[in-house]
Formats: sequence, structure tokens, C-alpha cells
Amino acid sequence: MNPYRRHPVIQIATVLVYIFLYAPIVVLILYSFNASRTNVTFEGFIPRVSERVEMKGSLVQAAPCGAFHWFCELSKNDDVIEAAGNTLTIAFASTFVSVIIGTMAALALQRYEFKLKPFSQLSLYIPIVIPEIVMGIGILTLFSQLFGLLNGALGLTGDSRLSLGLGTVIVSHIAFSVPFVTLVVQARLQGFDKSYEEAAMDLGANEWTTFRRVTFPMILPGILSGGLLAFTLSLDDFVITFFTNGPGSTTLPIYVYGLLRKIITPQVNALSTVWVLTVFIAVLLLQMLQSREQKQH
Amino acid sequence: MASEFAVELRDVVKKFITPEGNELNAVDHVTMQIKNGEFFSMLGSSGCGKTTSLRMIAGFEWPTEGEVYIEGKPMGHTPPFQRKVNTVFQSYALFQHMTVFQNIAFGLEMEGADKNEIEKRVKRALEMVQLTGMERRKPKQLSGGQQQRVAVARALVKVPDVLLLDEPLGALDLKLRKEMQLELKALQQQLGITFVYVTHDQEEAMTMSDRIAVMSKGKVQQMGTPVEIYERPANRFVADFIGESNFLEGTIKSLSKEEAVVFVPQLNAELTGIPVSDGLVNGEEVTVSIRPEKVHISDKVLDVNSFTGRVTNTVYIGTDTHVFVDLMGKQIKVFEQNRISRLDPGSFYSIGQEVILVMWPDNVLVLKKG
Repeated sequence: MNPYRRHPVIQIATVLVYIFLYAPIVVLILYSFNASRTNVTFEGFIPRVSERVEMKGSLVQAAPCGAFHWFCELSKNDDVIEAAGNTLTIAFASTFVSVIIGTMAALALQRYEFKLKPFSQLSLYIPIVIPEIVMGIGILTLFSQLFGLLNGALGLTGDSRLSLGLGTVIVSHIAFSVPFVTLVVQARLQGFDKSYEEAAMDLGANEWTTFRRVTFPMILPGILSGGLLAFTLSLDDFVITFFTNGPGSTTLPIYVYGLLRKIITPQVNALSTVWVLTVFIAVLLLQMLQSREQKQH
Repeated sequence: MASEFAVELRDVVKKFITPEGNELNAVDHVTMQIKNGEFFSMLGSSGCGKTTSLRMIAGFEWPTEGEVYIEGKPMGHTPPFQRKVNTVFQSYALFQHMTVFQNIAFGLEMEGADKNEIEKRVKRALEMVQLTGMERRKPKQLSGGQQQRVAVARALVKVPDVLLLDEPLGALDLKLRKEMQLELKALQQQLGITFVYVTHDQEEAMTMSDRIAVMSKGKVQQMGTPVEIYERPANRFVADFIGESNFLEGTIKSLSKEEAVVFVPQLNAELTGIPVSDGLVNGEEVTVSIRPEKVHISDKVLDVNSFTGRVTNTVYIGTDTHVFVDLMGKQIKVFEQNRISRLDPGSFYSIGQEVILVMWPDNVLVLKKG
């Protein structure tokens, strides 16, 4: 029997916590269907076609999508499409690279003993605990100094000069993702008995085949968890991207921030809704993976 | 087979650095020759170097000094996947993401065997370990004993020159362990493959082995058949580690070609007619050892090595009754077999009773000191 009583106060507190956590998101999604174009107040849902006649302003003519009007507007906004494309490119590229580096680092930290191992282990936590803004400034300084030197040394001018852009954002995202991936894979490796690898080699598999057939499949859930974490972190990131992006590499967070300074239209909400759903699905996947992993072990 | 010996270790040393930064010889100048087709055990308590020795044969570790030979060929730094030996791991190390079939087929795939061949050989291997029909199970769905069989099948399907087994029965309960001991021994005899078996369980080693190497502190203390090791232990460590022994300190008083007389100050008496082993010198200080089941309780004083003592305790353990007898302050353990069924076997000897112990000369061993 469960010795803990279900006190009503606890139940009320639970409901309040849920409201606190999810009410803003619900409101955000609700406003993405707002009939008002200023989005200061909620003026009801966008009406169906027959009711549009009474609507004021130009909305009547330009609303072939019904309630999903703002989503349609969004899909016609080239800036948003470009920003979304950039965000996904950055997320996929930085996840891919940081998963490889992070997994390799985790394996090395598990397998080898070396003088700087305690330092290496500790250094993983530095990018995690350091304020993002410090890291952003640091990376920006590094890039501008480096590019200045390289441009000077190689005599690059005009468009061929090295400058901030998609590349620098990807590199900076890799930099903050690697420690997360490493730590997640490391946790997975904690319970990994090295005799599995020895058994594979004993049965005639060389190092690479052993990794491919035994080590990799066994730590894959850890690698995927690490990858999904890196992916969502990259999708979300504002601060570091703010410092390292350049012309043509605007991401969604940067774009939304730009919009907010002008006027908040329900388009921003529509964008946020799509975004929230995407991240939600990603997190759901992560959870499913982890629970499957727990069932297996 | 090219060589008389399946495995040979020549003066092998393996140094490790302890966490405190000290150098430690986990294996300390070990030389052993394991014959083809032999069931050979390395026996010792944890940290004696038996597993490290096995791992050097498998190729998971390389000797710091000396050389490991397999079928007469020096192994040097040959990686495990190029050695014709296979290992059954203590943890079994079955690949959890693969089925039983895939586990056993893994080694054959690595050899590049074709699909039909693999299927045929996996089937035979499963028959051999009586697991037919389990092909599609995952290791997690098997009992400990079944997992152990899969581990054996996975190693044996490769038809290695030598099968290495690292305490493979350690995780099983006693009854299953005893069954598996006999099964493994039968399998070894049937296949004629050399088995090198690591265990800390002396009974297990005695049951299965043709020869045993008793190890301690990285060194081989004695190598021989189970009978040799039990009946003629080379030193006090072996006599103490294998079975039980009563030890008495003494000095050789006289020495002829066949017999020795040892004076034991503790008993203030001489033990006479003791068989002589090599290298003993007159006047040498020695340890005399006699197995508890080889001490005879007599009702009258005989003319050889008879001593009167007093029973201090009796312990009934089913097959035997252990009788503890005080001989002039020295406690001697005697195992008396319970050959007659009765409900009060312990009371056959009562505490405080006077008994006469006879140590027949042939049962007494003289061990060198140190």
C-alpha cells in the first residue's frame, strides 16, 4: 500500500503548477487564431467565409484559409521561411557533428586513462554552467579576431572575406551541444561492460566491426537521446546565435525577436504554435526512446 | 596440431599500476604448459593472477615480460580477433540487442561463412548445449543457466584450438553449477578441445580438471593432477588452500633414504617413518601436515605416532563429524565419516573425553618451510 495520503492541497497545488506551466502556451496558441491584427486583445476566432462580410478592414479579401489565416500569411512570408530553413539547417548540422564529437569524447573518457582526464571531464561542465551571454561574446570575439587575422593574411577582400554567417552559427552551436551529448552518452556508457567489446573481438571482429556491430547498437539509445537534446537546444537558442549570426543566417528566435520590437501580429503566434508543436513532438520522441531504453535494461 | 602444447606461458610477467601509483606484478614470472586436449584449471583466490593470465592468452592483455605461445606460435601483440582461442566470460557478455541465433552466428559471420553453413553450425551448436528452439529469444528472456549455455555455444561454434573459461559458473546456484560442471567436462571430452578454466572454487577445479595450477600472489604454487595436488601439496599454501590440513612445526631429526623422523616440540614427541620428499636436509626446520580425514581415532595406543588428547568440540555436518582434539595445547581437527546411520553421531565422542589419535606415517607429509 502507498503510505502517502492524497491531500486536497496537494491536488490543488498540482493543478496550479500545470496552469502556471501551460497557460501561457495555451494563450499563445489561442491568439494565433485571433481575428484582430494587432493582437493586443482577443477579438474572437477568425470567422468562416460567410461571416466575413461584416469584418472590418482588408482581412475579408485576404482570408482564403479561414481560421488558419495567420498560418497562411506565415507561409507566404519569405523571411520566416528563410529563418525556419536556417534554423533547421543549423540544428541538423550542429546535431550531426556534435553527436559524432560527443560520442567519441564519451568513449575516450571511458576507455583511456590519461593525465588530463580529470581536467577533460571538468571542462565538459564549463560550457554548461557558464552564462550563455559570456560564451556568446567569447565566440564572437574569437571569430572576429580569427577572421581579421585570416582576411589580412590571405589578402581577402569584398565578398570573399570571411564573415559571420551560417557557418559561424553552426560552429557555435556545436560548441555548446558537445558537452550535453558527451554527458548523456557517458551516462549510457556507465553501465556498459567492456566484456561485450572483448567478446566481439574474441569472436573475430576487428575494432571497427566491434564498434559497428556491438558498441554502437548498444549505446545507440544514449546517442539518440544526446542528439535530440542537442537538436532541441539548437532550435531554441537565442543568445549565442544573436552574437554569431550574420546577414542571411537569421534564425527563427532572432527573427521573432526582431518582429517583437516592431509590432506583435498574430503571425508571431502562428509561428510560435508551429514551433511549439515541433519541439513538443521532438521531446515526445525523446521520452519514448528513454522509456523503451529503460524497459530493455 | 603443430605443437605438443596448446598454450604455453614462458616466464610471463604482467605489471599493473595500482590506483595509489605503485607497480604490482599481477602475474609474476609464470611458466606453464597446457597440453593439447587437456582440461586445465587455474585455481586461486581473487587477485592471484589467474584471470589476468587467461586474458593474456585471449589477447585482451599483453605480457609486460615473457611470451605467450598458442600452438607453438609466439603471440606477441596479436589482437584477440587473430587468435584461434575463444572465451566464455564470467558475465557471459551476450549481445543484448541480438537474438540467440545472432549471438552464436556472430563469430561465424566474422569468418565469412556463408548463410547455409552458418545456419547448420548454429543449429548443431544449439543441439550441443541443449537449447534447440531458442534461436529467436533475446538473452534477457533466458535463465542464467541458459545464458551460460549460449555463451558456451557461441565460443565453441568457432571450433577454437583452445576454449578459455573465466569463472563461467560463478553466477549459477550450487545445484545447477554441479550439473554444468559435469556437462562441461563431458563436452570437453567429446570435442577434444583444450579447455583452460579459471576458478576460485577448488571443488569445481578438482571435479573437472586433468591438471590444475594453484596460483597465489601472481605465482604458480603448484601444478599437477587433482590427486597430486591434494595428496602431495608442494607447500603449506597449497596444503592449506586445497582442502583442510593440520600443521605442526618440527625439525628433521634423522633422515634415511626412505624415511624421516621429525621431532615436534609442540607435542614433545617424534613422528617416525615419514615418507621422504626431495631436497630435505637433516636438522632442517619443516612443517608437518596431515589431512583431518587421515587422522585416525583409535581406542588403544599403537606403536606408531599415537598421541593421547582430549575432545574439545564436535560438529556434525552430515557426511562427516568434525572432531576437535586438544593435543598438548595444539588443536587437531579430525574428520570422522558417518558410516552408520544413527541419530546421535555427535555424541559418539563427548566433549572432554580422552581419545587416542594415530597419524599413520604414510598420511603425514613433510613440507619445506617458506
